[in-house]
Amino acid sequence: MRPLLEGLRRIGRYPSALVGLAIILALVGTAVFTVVTIPYGQALELWRGGETWRMHPVNARPAWVDRIAGNNLPQTIIVSSDDAPITEEPFVGGKRLRIPLEFDFDYGGFPSELNLFLTSSHAEREPFVRLTWETPDGRQLNLGGRRPAREERVSISQDWELERRLGRVPHVGLFAAPGDDGPPEVLDGRYRLVLDAITFEEDARIGADLVVYGRVHGLAGTDHQRRDLMVALLWGIPVALAFGLIAAVGTTVTTLVIAAAGVWYGGWVDAVIQRLTEVNIILPMLPILVMVGTLYSTSIWVMLGVVIALGIFSAGIKMYRAMLLPIRESPYIEAARAYGAGNARIILRYMIPRILPVLIPTFVTLIPTFVFLEASLALLGLGDPVLPTWGKVMNDAQTQSALYHGFYYWVLSPAALLMLTGLGFAMLGFALDRIFNPRLRTM
Amino acid sequence: MNAPARDMRGSAAGPVLSARDLHTWFELRQWGFLRVGSVRAVDGVNFDLQAGESVAFVGESGCGKSSLARTLLGLHQPTRGEVVFEGRPLGMLNSAERKAYLARVGFVQQDPYGALPPFMDVRRILHEPLIVHGVRNRAEREQRAQEALEEVRLSPAADFLSKFPHMLSGGQQQRVVIARALILRPKLIIADEPVSMLDASVRVEILQLLRSIQREHGLTLAFITHDLSTVRHFAERIFVMYAGRIVEQAEVNELLNHPQHPYTQALLAAISDPDPDNARHQREVPPGEPPSLLKPPDGCRFHPRCNRMIAGTCDRQDPPDFEPRTGHMTACWLYR
Repeated sequence: MRPLLEGLRRIGRYPSALVGLAIILALVGTAVFTVVTIPYGQALELWRGGETWRMHPVNARPAWVDRIAGNNLPQTIIVSSDDAPITEEPFVGGKRLRIPLEFDFDYGGFPSELNLFLTSSHAEREPFVRLTWETPDGRQLNLGGRRPAREERVSISQDWELERRLGRVPHVGLFAAPGDDGPPEVLDGRYRLVLDAITFEEDARIGADLVVYGRVHGLAGTDHQRRDLMVALLWGIPVALAFGLIAAVGTTVTTLVIAAAGVWYGGWVDAVIQRLTEVNIILPMLPILVMVGTLYSTSIWVMLGVVIALGIFSAGIKMYRAMLLPIRESPYIEAARAYGAGNARIILRYMIPRILPVLIPTFVTLIPTFVFLEASLALLGLGDPVLPTWGKVMNDAQTQSALYHGFYYWVLSPAALLMLTGLGFAMLGFALDRIFNPRLRTM
Repeated sequence: MNAPARDMRGSAAGPVLSARDLHTWFELRQWGFLRVGSVRAVDGVNFDLQAGESVAFVGESGCGKSSLARTLLGLHQPTRGEVVFEGRPLGMLNSAERKAYLARVGFVQQDPYGALPPFMDVRRILHEPLIVHGVRNRAEREQRAQEALEEVRLSPAADFLSKFPHMLSGGQQQRVVIARALILRPKLIIADEPVSMLDASVRVEILQLLRSIQREHGLTLAFITHDLSTVRHFAERIFVMYAGRIVEQAEVNELLNHPQHPYTQALLAAISDPDPDNARHQREVPPGEPPSLLKPPDGCRFHPRCNRMIAGTCDRQDPPDFEPRTGHMTACWLYR
């Protein structure tokens, strides 16, 4: 195996190989980091969506893109009653509470949504909460009263009554400077939502979280289910690399061993392998996968199994056979037989290692093709139902007409990662090709 | 027929290796199943090799001598007849015994570079036969590999162990091939044109090496060669092969000085010795080519090229072995 190492050592002479290697190492590093920081179970939990993400904005774009573009769209602001200066006045059979929720708002755009999450710990009688909105310029708006259940979400944005009073959707109207004509402008300064509450039990408590949803979020933005796309983009890396690598190893190794066995035994073994290969080559892979996905299971591991199974008798067998046929006749194989080496030893230790260096570049460039295949399946709606993957993100983007709505980041970020993966392996593979293939002449 | 019992070393154990009416035919098929004939590479060969002797099989290219070597090694199944090693026919051995037989027979091939796997270093190449034959102790394998390298005069052995075949010269490669053949401590070494691919300068060295190893260990050495000029120095007996058969056999000096078969005479005449006498000789180079092994001629295989052909006999009947001189056998009707 030392010529292999020798060849690998020569990678240093090819800048493209180093770049490719750097990309691959960066991806692998990020994948490891991801799997460590967001364990598998947690990733699935997060990607399932729902309540976990209730304080995230819908379809927020990446914050850094907005800042580079020179805009100042709002980020999400969460004001909790835990940090608020609450004043309490007990009376017989209850208490009176005043919870001011204050925040500064000085962005170049309106929030995307406004929600208040109330929690109340009462035994029987619900408390009463009156909401008052105070703007920086001293105006006060009555947002009405509530009798919160134990957990209640007050959707201020969807308060139609309020919308009619303001003449605009509440999350715009509440932040707009006074003046009726023209497009609304943001009034900068300190806003306050005051909760005046009365509980009818002495030990009842009230908690509140005011969420002013932004229009930008984090590095990757969010999707239509408020999920941070970063989860899928990060978890997409280990999934893609694992799928690509396992599929590439699985198909290459089995194909190689079968091709070598066919060449070595010859006769009907070879004939059967060749006929199977010829039939398998003309079977279209994608429709079969679509069929499996539709009729059986879209689990990524089932798909991986099918991909490997279909890849065993692939065109590679023909190529390897052509390379192995002259090797079968070489004197060193005859010598091995003459000292008693068995069939398995000759196939695995004498024939396959001979063509291995030539296969390394092919193998490396094969990995991204399987990564793309997995993404294509997911894009067709046959992605794993629970795993966050790049293809799933693009599938969501497509079904939500992301590009029509201008959510370009939703499509571009997974596509960019796919291309980066392809680029990394391609650059390394092509350089390896240049390193190993001149050896064809000497070997 | 049996070779005359002329045992130089006085071994009472009988021949090491014998061929009995050995035939190796390769079937030619059309469309994968229609038999259209057979190439008769080895076609009725008999001989005995005694312990500790060095013999040479001599013949033109395509006379079946390499096929004979491969049949003796069990790489080809004989179509008819049998190879007998130390009294036991190979055909009767079970697979474990057959493997044990392969450990007793070393094989040295023609092309030393091709005979060494290019992706293994010398250490691995020498360890391989030991691994195959169940030597699990790495230190023992290493020890034997070093001994084998010392044996073929590649020293210091440590320098060569980590080299790859392409780093060695042709002569060194062939020494590694010989070391590999020796590492299982065989009783018999079959060398198929061991020096024909080497530079003239190292040929004699390699032949002398083989000869000295053979003498040292009392091995039986079977050379296969087309070069009669070197045979004299490295073999005690010669078998001359023609078209899959042995046409003449004798002790080396006897055969070279008194060739009986017209083919042997022609072969000897073709040797370009630096001899001023050559100028005065009319050379008897046999016309034509070796016959097709697919359809060998009737009768004596050599008769179409023979200038002493006896019409009606040589072209009809296979010649049996005659013994025109003591210990000198030839299959030729001239000595009827």
